[in-house]
Amino acid sequence: MSFQEKLEKNIWGLIVMVAIVVSIGGIVEIVPLYYLDNTIETLTEEEDSIRPYTALEQEGRDVYVREGCYLCHSQMIRPFRDEKERYGHYSLAAESKYDHPFQWGSKRTGPDLARVGGKYSNAWQRQHLRAPRSLVPESVMPNYAFFEDHIIDDSLTERKLRALAMVGVPYTDADFAGAADAVRGKTEMDAIIAYLQVLGTMVNFEKGKDYRE
Amino acid sequence: MVENTPENPNYNMAIVKAFAICSVIYLVVGALVGDLIAWQLSFPALNVNEYLSFGRLRPLHTNAVIFAFGGCTLMATAFYVVQRTCAVALWSNKLAWFTFWGWNLIIVAAVISFPMGWTQGKEYAELEWPIDIAIAIVWLSYMFNFIMTIANRRVSHIYVANWFFLGMMIMITYLHVVNSLVVPVTLTHSYSIYSGVHDAMIQWWWGHNAVGFFLTAGFLGIMYYFIPKQADLPIYSYRLSVLHFWALMFGYVWLGAHHLQYTALPDWAGSLGAAVSIAMIIPSWGGAINGLMTLSGAWNKLRDDYVLRFLVVSLAFYAMSTFEGPVMSLKTVNALSHYTDWTIGHVHSGALGWVAMVSIGAIYHLVPRLWKTDIYSVSLVNNHFWIHTIGTVIYICAMWVSGIMQGLMWRATDDYGNLSYTFAESVVAMHPYYVLRSVGGLLVLLGAIVMLYNIVMTIRNSSSQPSTTAAQGV
Repeated sequence: MSFQEKLEKNIWGLIVMVAIVVSIGGIVEIVPLYYLDNTIETLTEEEDSIRPYTALEQEGRDVYVREGCYLCHSQMIRPFRDEKERYGHYSLAAESKYDHPFQWGSKRTGPDLARVGGKYSNAWQRQHLRAPRSLVPESVMPNYAFFEDHIIDDSLTERKLRALAMVGVPYTDADFAGAADAVRGKTEMDAIIAYLQVLGTMVNFEKGKDYRE
Repeated sequence: MVENTPENPNYNMAIVKAFAICSVIYLVVGALVGDLIAWQLSFPALNVNEYLSFGRLRPLHTNAVIFAFGGCTLMATAFYVVQRTCAVALWSNKLAWFTFWGWNLIIVAAVISFPMGWTQGKEYAELEWPIDIAIAIVWLSYMFNFIMTIANRRVSHIYVANWFFLGMMIMITYLHVVNSLVVPVTLTHSYSIYSGVHDAMIQWWWGHNAVGFFLTAGFLGIMYYFIPKQADLPIYSYRLSVLHFWALMFGYVWLGAHHLQYTALPDWAGSLGAAVSIAMIIPSWGGAINGLMTLSGAWNKLRDDYVLRFLVVSLAFYAMSTFEGPVMSLKTVNALSHYTDWTIGHVHSGALGWVAMVSIGAIYHLVPRLWKTDIYSVSLVNNHFWIHTIGTVIYICAMWVSGIMQGLMWRATDDYGNLSYTFAESVVAMHPYYVLRSVGGLLVLLGAIVMLYNIVMTIRNSSSQPSTTAAQGV
């Protein structure tokens, strides 16, 4: 009796074999990412100003995730000439190391946002979020005017930062203590603009350096 | 395969009926939301308020078609197939009804949470942690009942369709649990325990296997039972099914990394994903050939058997998508296709062409047998076939054109190396194709409504006749 035939007659054997066979690919592709040093680039001190999001930026990021922005906007610039022209330096793994969850996205119905920080003024961002077609007539983005009517719930902000700290984001006691004050009275519009304006601005790239091996 | 009649009082056909009805209803709902968001991309004024904006409804669409429609179809068919091929009733009827009500409650929870914006922010795994826990429990109840039914079987061999169902159940358990791990903040808010590049790899390990296991392995289980049954012929090759099964179980798991080509994921992982993706053409086509060749010498059946048409055309789409997928995972192609509508088109050739058609075929096969009556209208089945097929082809073609055009416009440069088009210009160029896609989606929705009507009328006709189903245990 072949091994296959044995499995066809023994449900427990079949379960064990299937469980083993389907585990292999994931283990080989995921586990080494935690052990190989070059998974996340090592940056010099001058280059590296990557920090956790401020309380307001994190609140903005939560709005970004809630609205499903990642379904139309990527945050991952690939190392191609046209993407460099359009969006800037290709993204590094280090730049999203504090991103829970990652928001690299999979679709560009709208442009990539990985380096949108500082590209437009706060006033432009506010008007664009309120009514995208008033600034970009071709846009198919929904209007997000209601962000201005929603005040951030500051009672949750500290808990959010503490939850993120539990999974490795290096927030300090001072961050926790100041969290509620930092967002008090702010609208979701203020928060998401703060988040957008910091995107892709935390690394000082050295010209001509190859960051990927 | 052991043939048994549904008259056997031991079989729990009531649970199959319940899941089958839900599946058709959710097909209509999922297609309705899908077509609405397609129109929103064509005419953004349709984003009427914060609860019904594209970003919140898109997860509702994907979850409705994958887990509500797809899930109920898998539960209906797996519970049917496992009883028929094991010649034994379900291990526990109570547990089966727990699975039924639990799954439907989860779907209701999803319908509430997505418009509210309660999301974990990872594609196809958006539901928040309390619902994720419920999914894990209900899913295990489904798997446990299935396994125990096989353990109680009255035939010596486990039929091939059950291998595929089992593989799907085991892998989805792994994927769902690992990918959904979060730290909760409130009942409706949480953060993934993984970040950045690790989160990306784990998400696409999940994301591609939601396709590879939920939407492929599970539906291959359907294929391996319902095509031979509907054609009344044995499966073409046993050896090919063994190869198909183990190669699929081993290989599919690796493919997720090909969603992250040229990203900040280390190159070795993406390349590994692409290499295995190419190799996957072999088992995928082996399986498609196995299904299609089952009709060898009996192709004339397609002339008047409309249910068989759905099943056979689904395999043609399966073969096409499983060729297209590996091609898109090649780095040179992926550089163009990634981030564009081509991906959306590819997903829908799989979802509308393969998954929906094999499910629809299986349900049309099941309904007359479950309710012991003829289908209300054979010509409506035929109409559905053509409406669905034409809608699917329009959808896919529109997305091919728009996707490739997007990719080319984004990378186009003039003689001086400047970008030829602004991003906004590419958005304008997509408009006609977005409208065309919405029309294709509308046809699919129309077909689903025709199906729902046909099935409701079939059930109504059966209840006006003396019922023989009362004897069946619940």
